[in-house]
Amino acid sequence: MTLTLRVQYFALLREQAGRNEERVTTTAATPAELYAELKARYPFKLTRDQLKVAVNAEFRDWATPLADGDSVVFIPPVAGG
Amino acid sequence: MSVFRFSRKPIDGAALRRELADPASGGYASFEGWVRNHNEGREVQRLEYEAFEELAVKEGERIVLAAVGKFGVPHALCVHRVGSLEIGEMAVWVGVSSGHRGEAFQACRYIIDEVKHRLPIWKKEHYVTGDSGWVNCEHCA
Repeated sequence: MTLTLRVQYFALLREQAGRNEERVTTTAATPAELYAELKARYPFKLTRDQLKVAVNAEFRDWATPLADGDSVVFIPPVAGG
Repeated sequence: MSVFRFSRKPIDGAALRRELADPASGGYASFEGWVRNHNEGREVQRLEYEAFEELAVKEGERIVLAAVGKFGVPHALCVHRVGSLEIGEMAVWVGVSSGHRGEAFQACRYIIDEVKHRLPIWKKEHYVTGDSGWVNCEHCA
């Protein structure tokens, strides 16, 4: 099945993707599959165990099923405060 | 107003402190995080903070409300700066007022520790040598 997703990029991933966000049409069914696809497209070096993932602005598991129109963010190591 | 907020302008700690005023409070504790001129042996010139605000505000509110429940403090608030900051500027402010000092100190410590640990906020250091780097992400590129 093909989904259209909104992907937003922050910090190092924003710089490496060269964009803040984009619409991605994909057959990826989970954030794990989506990240693998994007990693092939952009010079992302971060591995899955260095990242967290958010779907529709909530932290989610890498195996969460994605639905058409979902908003996905991959979260590099944080450094607030 | 939310108990966790982002600010694009300098944080006014004195104004935030007034939001915690309560005749029933006998103690107030606050924490300010400042931009430091060095980190990991490098001289820092300025910082940039970036946040995934939609998630960070929700998660930040959960942290502050968890502190309120866990330590029984009636008033707690946290504000985090985003954008470009100079040395000495305030990056984050946490304030708690309560009946007694013990739980105010504990709640304040809990909030800043959780904020640093789990909110989607990133810090890019610009060094005096002209290069830059994302903090906690030395092995990311």
